[in-house]
Parts: sequence; C-alpha cells; structure tokens
Amino acid sequence: MDDTDRAIVNALQGGFPLSETPFADAAKALGLTPEQLITRIRVMKEQGVLSRFGPMYNADRFGGHNTLVAMSVPPDRFDEVAEIVNSFPEVAHNYQRDHHLNMWFVIAADSRERVARVLTEVQDRTGLPAHDMPKLTEFHIGLKFEA
Amino acid sequence: MTQILDDIDRAIIVATQDGLPLVERPYDVVAEQVGIDGAELRRRMAAMLDSGVIRRVGLVPNHYALGYAWNGMTVWDVADDDVAAAGAALCSLGFVSHCYERPRLLPDWPYNLFAMIHAKRKDDADQLVARAAAALGGMNRGHRVLYSTRILKKTGLRLKGGGDVPPKPVPARA
Repeated sequence: MDDTDRAIVNALQGGFPLSETPFADAAKALGLTPEQLITRIRVMKEQGVLSRFGPMYNADRFGGHNTLVAMSVPPDRFDEVAEIVNSFPEVAHNYQRDHHLNMWFVIAADSRERVARVLTEVQDRTGLPAHDMPKLTEFHIGLKFEA
Repeated sequence: MTQILDDIDRAIIVATQDGLPLVERPYDVVAEQVGIDGAELRRRMAAMLDSGVIRRVGLVPNHYALGYAWNGMTVWDVADDDVAAAGAALCSLGFVSHCYERPRLLPDWPYNLFAMIHAKRKDDADQLVARAAAALGGMNRGHRVLYSTRILKKTGLRLKGGGDVPPKPVPARA
C-alpha cells in the first residue's frame, strides 16, 4: 500500500458517485486517471485490503432481519462447531472472542422466520445453546477507517 | 422501518450485493443485467440511498489489512433509562464504529450496550476503552471488552442464500 492507495481508501468509504462514469469523476478528485483508480481498487480487492466495493445495503429496510448470536463452545469442539455454523450462507460473519461465550456470529436473512430457523438448526446440529441477541436500538455512526 | 421495494429494486440488490463491476461505466453493466437503462438504475439507487436501504456506496477496507489488529467488542451494563444517553455518548467519541442496544442474558450477561472499537496496538485499544468508560461516567455499572482472536467467517449480506464459500479461518493477530 502506498500513499495513493491510502488516499483512495480514505476518500472512498462512502460517496462514490452515482454518475454515468463514476470512476472518472472520483479519479479526478484524487488526481488519477479512471484506469489507474480501477486498477488500484482491483489490486487492493485481490490483496484483501478491501473486503468490498459497491453499495452497502441495510437489510432492516427491506424486510430483512439480522441478529447477533453468542455461543459457549467447549474448546475441543470449537473447530467442528465453527464449521457447522459457517456452513449456513445466512451466517455473515463469525468471530472467536476471549470469553466463555467464545463464538459470536451474525445471522442475516431476508425474513425473521428464516433467521429463527437458522438459529434453531444451529442448535439442533451442534447440540449447544445459541443465544439470540438481536439489536433493540441502533446508534448510527458511519465511522471511517484511516488507512 | 421497512421500505417497499419492487422486483426491479430487488433485482438491483441481488446484482450488486457482491459489489460493482470495476469498469468505467459500472451502472450501465448492472442495468443491462437487470433489464433497465443506466439512468433508471442510477435513479433507483439514488432513491434507495435517500431512504436508507443503501447505507452508502464505496469501498469497505478490511481493517485487519490496514493494521487494526485489536478489534474489541466493548459491552456495557447501563440502566434501561440511560441507554439512549449512553449510546449517544459513545457515538460522539469518534472512534466507535458500531453501537447497539441488545438484550441482557441474565444472570451471566448483564451487558445491554455494545460498541465496537478498533486499534493497531493493545495499548491504544485499552486507552479507547478507558475513554469510553470516562464518557459514560456514572451510567456505566460494569463493562468488559471481548477482543476477537480469530476471524472464522466474513462475508457480506446475502439476499438469496447459497453460492458463497466461506474463507478459511484466519488469525486476527499474527
């Protein structure tokens, strides 16, 4: 990552133009050609510096639902349970954390019913309780990461 | 709040949930897949941005790749009556990326306010937690920080299931 990559990451975490030629418009502000901007974004995606590029959707706003789930998984079963949990396409991300509740994942789907069914299936297939911790209130922030 | 979207909007979401094509006229490419013209696609995306169906359009950095190795889920026990004020206080700090009220799991888990923090070094992370605690003052009845020790899976929203292969688990910190 060089200074140009950092400038791109810092400038484009939102506000990418909805214009006919958005890369050309965004590149101009960064002093780049559209081809340079496209290439650098492609390379950063390939390298894993960027996890996505495009619109970020808010599932709540179109009838979708998501929830945070916490599980306390015995250490000797951790990898096996992670594999079961991760096998559901509705599981968007999953983290190991340093607590007796050591597995935390998000279930996101296009209906509440589907989220509830995945939660039940996770419990059935792992034989472990999965604690449903849906958000009650979201405090909006929109923090950007400094590269 | 649920927004009423028609089939074309949903087709746009499905066509773009993995990202925009990296070509000079990306909206024209998506529009062709959806069967509308580029101007109509951009008009609909602008409407979804206005209504909050789209949070924002741009890039999402992998914060681990940027060097943010210490990613902590800070959890706070605050009185129900204080949640709104406490959430606003955490938001205003400028370093919390997400903040939610969630149900307590009593008796083991009294924490009802969750705020994510990110730092490049453990010392910096600890300092952010201390600043958050100071901001909450007497509203804070107890807190913990759960650092992520391993990313087991990370993908975006999937409107229709299937298709994606989970990446191999990677360590959160080398």
